[in-house]
Amino acid sequence: MNEIPLEAGLLLATILFAIGLLGVMTRRNIVFVLMSLEIMLNSAGLAFVLAGARWGSADGQIMFLMILTLAASEVAVGLGLIIQMYKKFKTVDIDVLSALKG
Amino acid sequence: MFDSLGLLPFLPFLGFLILFLSGGGLPRRIVAVVGAGSIGLAFLQALLLALPVIENDSLVSQQVIYSWMSVGEFESKFGLYLDGLSSVMILVITGVGFLIHLYSTGFMRDDPSYSRFFAIMNLFVSSMLVLVLADNLLLLYLGWEGVGLCSYLLIGFWYSNPSNGYAARKAFVTTRVGDTSMAIGLLLLFTQLGSLNIEELMNGAETQWGLGSGYAVAASLLLLGGAVGKSAQLPLQTWLPDAMAGPTPISALIHAATMVTAGVYLIARTHTLFELAPDVQLLVAFIGLATLLMAGFTAMTQRDIKRILAYSTISQIGYMFLGLGVGAWSASVFHLMTHAFFKALLFLAAGTVILSLHHEHDIFKMGGKRKQLPIAFASFMIGSLALAAFPFTSGYFSKDEILLAALAIEGPGLWLWIGGVVGAFFTGIYSFRLVFVVFFGESADHHDDKEVTGFTMAFPLMVLMVFALLGGFIHPPTDFVFSVEEAHSEHSVSTLIHAIMIAVPLAGIGVSYLFYGARLWSADRLLEYSLAKKLHGYWFSGWGFDALYRGLFIKPLLGLADLNRRDFIDSIVATIVAVSEAGNGLLVRFQSGSLRWYVLSVVGGVAILLTLGGLL
Repeated sequence: MNEIPLEAGLLLATILFAIGLLGVMTRRNIVFVLMSLEIMLNSAGLAFVLAGARWGSADGQIMFLMILTLAASEVAVGLGLIIQMYKKFKTVDIDVLSALKG
Repeated sequence: MFDSLGLLPFLPFLGFLILFLSGGGLPRRIVAVVGAGSIGLAFLQALLLALPVIENDSLVSQQVIYSWMSVGEFESKFGLYLDGLSSVMILVITGVGFLIHLYSTGFMRDDPSYSRFFAIMNLFVSSMLVLVLADNLLLLYLGWEGVGLCSYLLIGFWYSNPSNGYAARKAFVTTRVGDTSMAIGLLLLFTQLGSLNIEELMNGAETQWGLGSGYAVAASLLLLGGAVGKSAQLPLQTWLPDAMAGPTPISALIHAATMVTAGVYLIARTHTLFELAPDVQLLVAFIGLATLLMAGFTAMTQRDIKRILAYSTISQIGYMFLGLGVGAWSASVFHLMTHAFFKALLFLAAGTVILSLHHEHDIFKMGGKRKQLPIAFASFMIGSLALAAFPFTSGYFSKDEILLAALAIEGPGLWLWIGGVVGAFFTGIYSFRLVFVVFFGESADHHDDKEVTGFTMAFPLMVLMVFALLGGFIHPPTDFVFSVEEAHSEHSVSTLIHAIMIAVPLAGIGVSYLFYGARLWSADRLLEYSLAKKLHGYWFSGWGFDALYRGLFIKPLLGLADLNRRDFIDSIVATIVAVSEAGNGLLVRFQSGSLRWYVLSVVGGVAILLTLGGLL
């Protein structure tokens, strides 16, 4: 069976991370920011799985399961906050929501 | 037990402790019993202690209670010492003090701070007794500061009025000038003679320092500074008239009978030192003379009944200083005693007048009050006669002795005598101006006010009236203490001198009668002349000393304080403040509230760290 080379997988993870990061940095809509965060988390999970496969260890997959739970709870809390925020401010634009400036 | 000297200051102190620790929770009747009773007991004990000394004036008793402090070679004991001089003082303090306490139980009956009043009064009597009984100068200084503190607390007794607080601070700060000088004097005496015990000091000074030696001059000058501050003599006299802001019994006890004469006591106690410095001693005489004339002029122009008495006190203490300066030590102590009688009488009578007329102080708003206020009138008549040295009243004998002693000394003696006699003329004028204006003539105001009286207020007045009249026949047992007795002899003085000294005060009373009794002459018409008007304004303000000191000391000091507000040290602190404010302004910009900006900085930071990690 043809193995996918490790480098290709890591490259994919890096690209996914970069996409996610760019999304977090450039998106104004907080929903998209949250989605981009999910992409970044998944890229990190991918890197864990790849590394676990490389060293023949189950640790990487365990780590991915943990990230999965973390991402799920993050979305649950994050979306709840976004709904509250929208109810209060009638917007999801994070540039407008800057009341915490010094 | 009752022959223990230590008990004497302790009794009033116990009274103070009871009243102070009960915090005003005791009923008035008990406060009065504790407050006046402790002084009464002290008076009885003082009598027991002083009677043997009066019989045999070479008797001296001493008692060391405990060693107060002992540092290296320095040792100060809490030692008490009773001789003829301190016997006179303890009798005056506890005797007059008891009468004034008794009077106060009536005078202060409506005051909400009844208990505080008696607590501080008792503390005062206790400190004053320590002052006069101390066998060393350090313990004397403790009592000296103690009475100063009580004076401060009692002048500002009605503290809710800010001007009373100001008067109290003024008295405290002004006497502090003298006290500092006295403290330096104590240090000088200790470093030079190695002791502060008064007996050792005087013996040491006599044997180690010659007549007119520099140390004797310096030490006596410094002690004189303390005495001048406490006794309100020129140039530190300005606090006493303002001290009248306190309740009237305070003025009688502290600012007439006892505390202000502490300076006289100090000089009499250390008279050996002053005899070694004849120039300083002469200076004492001239300070006394200048003060008695200055205060005499001022007293003639005042309108406030208590201020007249205050200036008259300054003037009478001037006589005592004059006596000290000419070496008439026992005559000065004699005058101190008679003055305590008649001035306490005058102040207590003034208290009755003020209380009866609902806190009226202006004598020109009274008038014709002799039927309305009979006891006060009798008291004022007798007190003023004694004050003006009317023949055979108490003040006559003591003032006579001082003036004769002044005449007896060589050199400036005649001038000192003339000055003193002129002062006596003024005394006659101002004391009877008060009597005529308040008790004779037309009733100007307060027609329906009744005299406030009662046993507690009338009894002290009556006792003091007797003593003011007959106190001149008591001879203070001080001949042994001042073994170098005055040089003057009675028979060398001509009858002319005696006649002048009797006639001049009478002339003063006569002039006063013409102006204020018969109203043949009018003081108001005198004021139409511009010179007289100017002088009047000058005298009324106490020769402008307050304005002078305000310009000379207070304003420059305030100016300096103002300058110092922007001083160098402050600028260091201010720089720290400015830098942290600027840093804050800078960092606040990073907290933009923009989430994307935060992410960007996190990413940037990570990038930099990673690059650094790669480079290293």
